[in-house]
Amino acid sequence: MVLGVIMGKEELTAQETALYDRQIRIWGVDAQRRLSKSHILVAGMTGTIVEFCKNIVLAGIGSVVLLDDRLVTREALSVNFLVPNDEEKLKGRSLAEVCCNSLKDFNSMVHVSVEKGDLSALDGEILDKFDAVVIGRASFATKKTIDGICRKRSKKIAFFTVDCRDSCGEIFVDLQNYVYNQKKNDDNVECQFHYPSLEEAVAVPWNRLPKNVTKLYFAMRVIERFEAAEGRIPGETTAADISSVQQLRGELCKANSINESRIPDELLKRLLEGTREHPPVCAIVGGILGQEVIKALSGKGNPLKNFFFFDAKDGKGIIEDISSL
Amino acid sequence: MASEQELQAIKGAKVLMVGAGGIGCELLKTLALSGFEDIHIIDMDTIEVSNLNRQFLFRQCHVGQSKAKVAREAVLKFRPNINITAHHANVKNSEFNVDFFKQFNVVLNGLDNLDARRHVNRLCLAAGVPLVESGTTGFLGQVTVHVKGQTECYECQPKPTPKTYPVCTITSTPTKFVHCIVWAKDLLFAKLFGDRTQDNDLNVHSADATNSSKNNEDISVQRDDEDCEKYGKRIYDHVFGYNIDLALSNEETWKNRNKPKPIYIKDVLPEPGMHQNGTNNTLDITDKSSLSAMHSLGLMNPQDTWTLAENSKVFLEALSLFLKKREKDIGSLSFDKDDQLSVEFVTAAANVRAASFGIPMHSLFESKGIAGNIVHAIATTNAVIAGLIVIEAIKVLKNAANSFRMTYCVEHPLKKMLLMPVEPFEPNKSCYVCSEMPLTLEVNTHKTKLREIVEKIVKNKLGVNLPIIMHGSTLIFETGDDLEEDMVANYALNLEKALCDLPSPVTSGTVLTVEDFQQEFTCSINITHREEFDDEKEPEGMVLLGLTPDLYEKPSKVATTEESTSMAPQEKPATVSDSDDEIEIVVLEESNRFAGSKRKLVETSITNSHDPKGKDGINVANDVGKLDDGHDDEVVVMKACNEDVRKKAKLV
Repeated sequence: MVLGVIMGKEELTAQETALYDRQIRIWGVDAQRRLSKSHILVAGMTGTIVEFCKNIVLAGIGSVVLLDDRLVTREALSVNFLVPNDEEKLKGRSLAEVCCNSLKDFNSMVHVSVEKGDLSALDGEILDKFDAVVIGRASFATKKTIDGICRKRSKKIAFFTVDCRDSCGEIFVDLQNYVYNQKKNDDNVECQFHYPSLEEAVAVPWNRLPKNVTKLYFAMRVIERFEAAEGRIPGETTAADISSVQQLRGELCKANSINESRIPDELLKRLLEGTREHPPVCAIVGGILGQEVIKALSGKGNPLKNFFFFDAKDGKGIIEDISSL
Repeated sequence: MASEQELQAIKGAKVLMVGAGGIGCELLKTLALSGFEDIHIIDMDTIEVSNLNRQFLFRQCHVGQSKAKVAREAVLKFRPNINITAHHANVKNSEFNVDFFKQFNVVLNGLDNLDARRHVNRLCLAAGVPLVESGTTGFLGQVTVHVKGQTECYECQPKPTPKTYPVCTITSTPTKFVHCIVWAKDLLFAKLFGDRTQDNDLNVHSADATNSSKNNEDISVQRDDEDCEKYGKRIYDHVFGYNIDLALSNEETWKNRNKPKPIYIKDVLPEPGMHQNGTNNTLDITDKSSLSAMHSLGLMNPQDTWTLAENSKVFLEALSLFLKKREKDIGSLSFDKDDQLSVEFVTAAANVRAASFGIPMHSLFESKGIAGNIVHAIATTNAVIAGLIVIEAIKVLKNAANSFRMTYCVEHPLKKMLLMPVEPFEPNKSCYVCSEMPLTLEVNTHKTKLREIVEKIVKNKLGVNLPIIMHGSTLIFETGDDLEEDMVANYALNLEKALCDLPSPVTSGTVLTVEDFQQEFTCSINITHREEFDDEKEPEGMVLLGLTPDLYEKPSKVATTEESTSMAPQEKPATVSDSDDEIEIVVLEESNRFAGSKRKLVETSITNSHDPKGKDGINVANDVGKLDDGHDDEVVVMKACNEDVRKKAKLV
C-alpha cells in the first residue's frame, strides 16, 4: 500500500482508510470525512470527559481544544488515565495541559490543544470556531449561558453536558433543529428533531412529564438547584447537606405538583456523598457521550433526545425526552 | 465512591483477563482505575494497524508486538504500583489448566472467537471460577455472568453454527457476491498461489475418473514457453471462459437458473498493449506490502467499484506482480486480508466471476470486508462494555448473586433503554456442558470413519481441544504429547477405520464417552445407525442431536428494582454472541486448525412472547438484521456436494 497518497481533496488518505477501516465499515466514508473536519471544545477534565476525549480522538475528529486550568490533583490521578504517575512531569501544569499531551499520542491525525481561561467568559466569536461544545463540570448558570450563546449563533454549534456522581451519570444534548436521514426499509427518510435549550428543558413542569421519567432526572435537578442556591463549586457536596437538600426537594415537588416520594432520600444521599467518580461509570457514560457527539458531527445515526441517564445500581441506561414541545 | 468493603474486595482480588484487544484494552484500563491490583492477561495476538482506531493502549510503533505485553506496559505508566502479568500465548495452551484457573477470583473474557470462549467456559466450570463473558459488534454489545450452579453457562444457550454453502453453489451456481468471493479466495487463489501438493476439493474433483485423461496436466502451472502475460490470459480464459462454456453444456443445471455468460479476455480488453501502465514500470519494490496492482494501474480509491475491464486488468496485473515480485511466496500463500496484492487479486477475480453470473460487482473495500470476514468495531461500544464487565466483576467479588445482570447494549432504544439489564437465566438442565446431558449421533456406522467423527463432531461441534474417546473402558482414540509410539500408530489406524470396523466395534446403541482432561470436560454420545443422509440438508453425512435446546420458551424479565409497575415484562433481546475482531472464512479442510480459525457468530433469535405487538422488538430485529445483511459476518464452510456437479466442478 502506498501510504500518504492523497486521493483528491474530498477523499480520505490511504493512511486514514487503513486506520479507520473498522469504523468506516459502520458509518461510511462520508461520515468519517465530516468527522475529520469537525472541531470541538471540551471544558472540565473529569474522569468521564477523559473517557469521552479518548473515544473521539481515536475516532478521528478534526481537532479538540481542552479547557481546564486546575492544577493536577491527587483525585485527578485516581480516575484519570491520561495523567502519568510522574510528579516531576506534572509540577505546575494544568490538568488540560497534561491530558493534552497524552491525548495527542492516541492519534497523530487529530489536533489536540489547550485553551486557558474561564468557560463562562467565552463569547460567541470564540464559540464559532467549534462545531460542538462539551462541558464536563460547570455551574448550572455557566452551562445555561454557553448553551444560550450557541443557539444564537448563525453557525450551528451542538451542545452537550455530562455529569457523573457516585455510580450515576447524566448527559444533556442540545442539537437545536437537527435534520438527519433515517433508514427505513432501505429508503432514506428525512427526520427532524427540535431540541429545547437547557433552560427550556429544565423549566418543563414536572407534573407534565410522563409518569415513568427516571427519578434520577428529578434528583439531579434538586442537587443542581441546591448547588446554585448555595453558590457551591459543582460536585462539592457532602452528606451533611442532606437536610437542606430534603427541604429544597419539598419545595420543588410542591411547586411542580409531584409527590416527594418520586425522589428517594437514598438516591439524594448517594449523589451528595459520592463526589468521586466511579471509573466503570465514567467508561460507560463517556462511551455513550462519545457516540452521540460522533453522530451529531458526522450526521449519521439517530441522535439521542435529549437526556441520557445511567445508574450502575440498576444497570439501566435510559433515554428521556424532556421537552415541552 | 465505592464502599470500604467493596474497595477491600477489589484490592484483594486476583483476576484473569482473556483477550487484550478491543474490549481488553478498555477493560484493563478500567480495572486498573477501579483499584484492581493483581491482573493476569492472556492474548496470543500481535498488534495491527487496523486495531489502532480503538485499542488505545497501542501505537503505530507497537505494530507487530504482543498485545498482552504492550497493554501491560501502557497501563503501568499511569498505575505503576499494581501487578499485571502478561501471557503472550494461546489460552488453549496446556499451561493454562484447571489449576491455573483456580488461582483467580473471577475470569473476564474479551475474546473474538467461539472456540476460545467455549474453552474458557469449560475451564471456569471445572475450576469453579465465575466467568464474565462479553462481545461487541459495531454499536451492539453484551455482558453476561456465568457462575456454576447459579446461572447458565456460556454453552447453555445454543450457538449458531457457521453458515455453510454447498460446494456446487460455490463452483457452479453462485447467486450472491459472497459466493464469488469464496470461489476466488478459497479455490482460485488457493490453487494458484497456495500449496499445490495439498489435495483440496479442486483436485479431488478434477481427478474424476471420467475425464482424468484431460486433466493430467495441471492447468494452474505456468508453462515453460509462457511469459507472465500469456499465462495470466490463459488462466483468465480458462476460469472465466472455458469453464463457463463447459458448465453451460449441461442444460439440466440451467433449467431454472439464469445462465452465466462466458468471459474471454479478448472480448474485454481487445486492444493490445493494455499493460502500458502496468508492470512495465520498473520500480524496484522490495517491500511486499507496497506492491499494488491497482496503484500501478492508476486506480487509487478502494471505495470505487471497478468496471469489468478494470477488474480484468487488476486480475492480470496482480497475477503478474505475484509471479515477478513475489515468486518465493507462490506455493505457500494463504489468503491474508492485510496483504494488499492478495486482496486485489481476490477482488478482481470475484468481480469478473460476478459479472459472468449477473451478480453486482463490489469495491475493493467491500470485497476485503467479505473476504476477510471483517467485523465492525468502534472504541465507544468497547468502552461501555468494559465498564459493564467491571461492574459485574465487582458484584461477583461481593458475592451479590441477586444483583447479577446480563446487559445488552443496543443501537436503537428499547423501552427507552440503550443499556438493558436482564436477570441471568438458571443453568439449562439439558446442557451437555454444565449438566453433562448425553447427546445422540445419527451416523452410518458402516461407512463413516472415526476421523470424520473426531474432526466434524468432537472438535468442531463440541469444541474439544485434546479429545479422548472411549467405548466403555476401551480407549479408541486420544491425543497428547506423552503417548507411546505404538499407541499413536494404533490410533492413526483407528482414525481410518469405519466405526463398525474398530477393534471395539461402534454400532447402533453404542455409547461413546468423549473427554478432555485439560478442560475437565466429559460427555456421552449415543450412537444411532442411519443408512442415508440428504446431501444438501445434511452435508456432513451425520446428525448430532441434543445440542440446541429451546431455551426461549422460558420467561425472561428485565431487571426491575422499582418502576416495575410501569414496565411491561420484557421480551428477550437479541443475543449478540460475537467477536470483537477479524475472523477468517473457515474451510472444511482447515477446520481442525483451531488456533487460526476465528469466527464470528450472530445469534438472531428474538422472542416477543410477552409483547405480541413486538413494537420494540422490531428495533432489535433491525439491529441484528443489519449484522446479517453484510456478507462479512457469514462464516463459510465448504461442504462436499453431489457427484453430478463434481464432474462440472472443474476449476482451473
